[in-house]
Amino acid sequence: MSNHVEARNVVKRFGPTVALNGAKIAIAEGETHALIGRNGAGKSTLVSILTGLQRPDEGEVLFSGEPAPAPGDRDAWRRRVACVYQKSTIIPALTVAENLFLNRQSDGHGPINWRTLRGRARELLDTYEVDVDVQALAGELSVEQRQLVEIARALSFGARFIILDEPTARLDGPAIERLFARMRSLREQGVTMMYISHHLDEVYEICQSVTVFRDARHIMTRPVAGLPQDELVHAMTGEATSAYHARERTPGERVVLAGEGLSLAGRYRDVDISVRAGEVVGLAGSASSGKVGLAETLVGLRGADTGTVVVNGTKVKPGDVPAAMEAGLGFVPEDRHHEGFVPLLSVGENATFPIARKLGRFGVVSPSRRREKAKEMITALDIKTEGPDQPVADLSGGNAQKVVFARALVDDPTVLVVINPTAGVDVKAKQALLGAVEDAAERGAGAVVVSDELDDLRICDRVLVMFHGEIVKDVPRGWTDHELVAVMEGIQE
Amino acid sequence: MTAPAPRLRLARFRDLTLVPVIVILLVVGAFLDPTFLTAGNLTNVLQQQAAISLLVLAEAMILIAGKFDLSLESTVGTAPAIAVMLVVPAAAGGFGLGLPGTLVIPLALVVGAAIGAFNGFLIIRFQLSAFIVTLAMLIIVHGLLQGPTEGKTLFQLPESILYLGSALWLGLPAAVWIAGLLFAVGIFGLGYLRIGRSLYAIGGNIDAARAAGIRVDRVLYGVFILGGVLAALAGILETGRLGAIGNGMGVGWIFMVFAAAVIGGVSMDGGKGTILGALTGVLVIGLVQNILTLIGVSGFWQPVIYGSIILIALMISRIAGGKAQD
Repeated sequence: MSNHVEARNVVKRFGPTVALNGAKIAIAEGETHALIGRNGAGKSTLVSILTGLQRPDEGEVLFSGEPAPAPGDRDAWRRRVACVYQKSTIIPALTVAENLFLNRQSDGHGPINWRTLRGRARELLDTYEVDVDVQALAGELSVEQRQLVEIARALSFGARFIILDEPTARLDGPAIERLFARMRSLREQGVTMMYISHHLDEVYEICQSVTVFRDARHIMTRPVAGLPQDELVHAMTGEATSAYHARERTPGERVVLAGEGLSLAGRYRDVDISVRAGEVVGLAGSASSGKVGLAETLVGLRGADTGTVVVNGTKVKPGDVPAAMEAGLGFVPEDRHHEGFVPLLSVGENATFPIARKLGRFGVVSPSRRREKAKEMITALDIKTEGPDQPVADLSGGNAQKVVFARALVDDPTVLVVINPTAGVDVKAKQALLGAVEDAAERGAGAVVVSDELDDLRICDRVLVMFHGEIVKDVPRGWTDHELVAVMEGIQE
Repeated sequence: MTAPAPRLRLARFRDLTLVPVIVILLVVGAFLDPTFLTAGNLTNVLQQQAAISLLVLAEAMILIAGKFDLSLESTVGTAPAIAVMLVVPAAAGGFGLGLPGTLVIPLALVVGAAIGAFNGFLIIRFQLSAFIVTLAMLIIVHGLLQGPTEGKTLFQLPESILYLGSALWLGLPAAVWIAGLLFAVGIFGLGYLRIGRSLYAIGGNIDAARAAGIRVDRVLYGVFILGGVLAALAGILETGRLGAIGNGMGVGWIFMVFAAAVIGGVSMDGGKGTILGALTGVLVIGLVQNILTLIGVSGFWQPVIYGSIILIALMISRIAGGKAQD
């Protein structure tokens, strides 16, 4: 087998930072090749170099043994490589049809014939069996549909090599399965793929070979079959780390968080939930199960139609976050970029928002006391930062999430609710974050972990599985992946 | 596939949401004052709106491309004034260069283009905030009218600059024909040409536009320059209508321009809206203005009503659209 895509000795600098330092990758014709590495390992830079958006300072890129096209020749690049970026490149206010043929709506410079364009779009989507209305506005599609549209568009330029940059990050279980089925069928048609993901199990499921980057360098390339997961993790982190081991603990008796008869139209109905001190309870289910809506109700981001939430013995007014926090609740919201932190403010300020009133008098926040508290949190959570004054926007995904955790934990909460705590963070950060939840439980807090990741749920004393808005099963510790997934998919009673 | 169809059909008529409002205004106007529905009065409405509508056309394109231009209103007065001063003798307030009078319209358009190009240069090349840049340019460009004229009104104008704003073609003012034609071109260009659609792509998601091979910077330069040219043309039409160039020409227009564009459905966040929608916005504002004047509402109170119209339009679109506005 010949190499479909090859990058040799690529060096790329951004000012003083070296993003890629003699990195290489070789992807054989027709294989699905994983590229993994921790945040900042250089994966994204390699993607922009392989797609021609950035030019390497040194080194070369080859497609089927031939040198890459000139940097300005976008059309030539797109005939060779297609990419579904992490950030959506769909324009929400335009229709699906127009998005598919953006900047090539008509041949030459004549007027656009919208009817013909819709026909071409429908034909293209049919080719790849994508069932989406071409006249729908792209902004109204689900994440999954949007991704399929992007894949179809990427392939429509005739490229036989496609890069998928963390495509599963925002998909739920069944959607991921459908994506994988599609990837397998593309592979059967001879399409070469480069697959980037933080999920090692996905690499084992869908890829034939794997390349690991660390600190801007190529570490290893190996066939996936027979490669022990420990070795892969070792290559990524540069040190021997075993998989995270959940700790044993005995939950107390006192109920610190209780929801009774909670219903919210279109989200969930008749939910009763109670969490004891020192207990970690998981909430699992597909994206439509209502688990996030339920968690947001517990923390006060959403009000329920009926039912009550009691935090630490205090009945909390529905939809009132300050009241819930006053009662002793800390939480990590679903999307850290939206609700987790203020990017331009410092680590210290972000971490101490909930206790600002305790750091000074008469509405004045004492900077020195804030720094002190922030330093404490930075040490406790091992946040990699220059100090409390660095803006959160400068931190990597994992460290930014630690700041969100710091905000949740800064007031030593009696109840901790975390939603997708490890989304988009690397292996080591993931372990630190899960450790932080377990630490809080050991200090006597009751915790709720809402997650799409089975690994996150492993630290839970029990997992409540939701299906179509109802809690269908209470699974004690010791479940197998298969067992839990089956309940989540509603296959089994 | 079947479920979203009805919504889509509605979406296609989104441009026309103001049409019922226009009909209501016509009916209300007819009841309030018998002279309202006469050809003379309606022609008057159109002619009064012709100049400002060109600014709305320009601003709509700039907003759709995700940018902003406040300085258009200053260009309205300054571009024709400078062109006139280059042509007329020093005795009439000119620079005394003695350029031929027939050049005055091309000169005005060139001045408008230059102002647009300078805006584009600062915003695209230096990546400065469009809002602040054009706010500064609003002040500077207006100063370029006041400085050379020393605050005096230019009365002695060459014949050629008066023609377009005062002539009648087939019974309608030439200005109305020109504005109508340019709107038709705008509707076609932004609806059916790749270059026009690229404005939506740039305003909707600039990275996606770049990745699709659109020459983003070049298109944006073009939009700013076109904006300046249209503002200069608006100034030429207004000069012809008034027969002189006063120091306050165009001043304060920009608020009406934004109001018309926004109630016509053009989003301040870029990527949304149509030229047809912007046109209906202009018509609504023009009709309201006319009705208020006819029923004798004091000019001093009219701003309260315009402001209220903008707020009501925003609330209606918020309720109809169901989405929070930024």
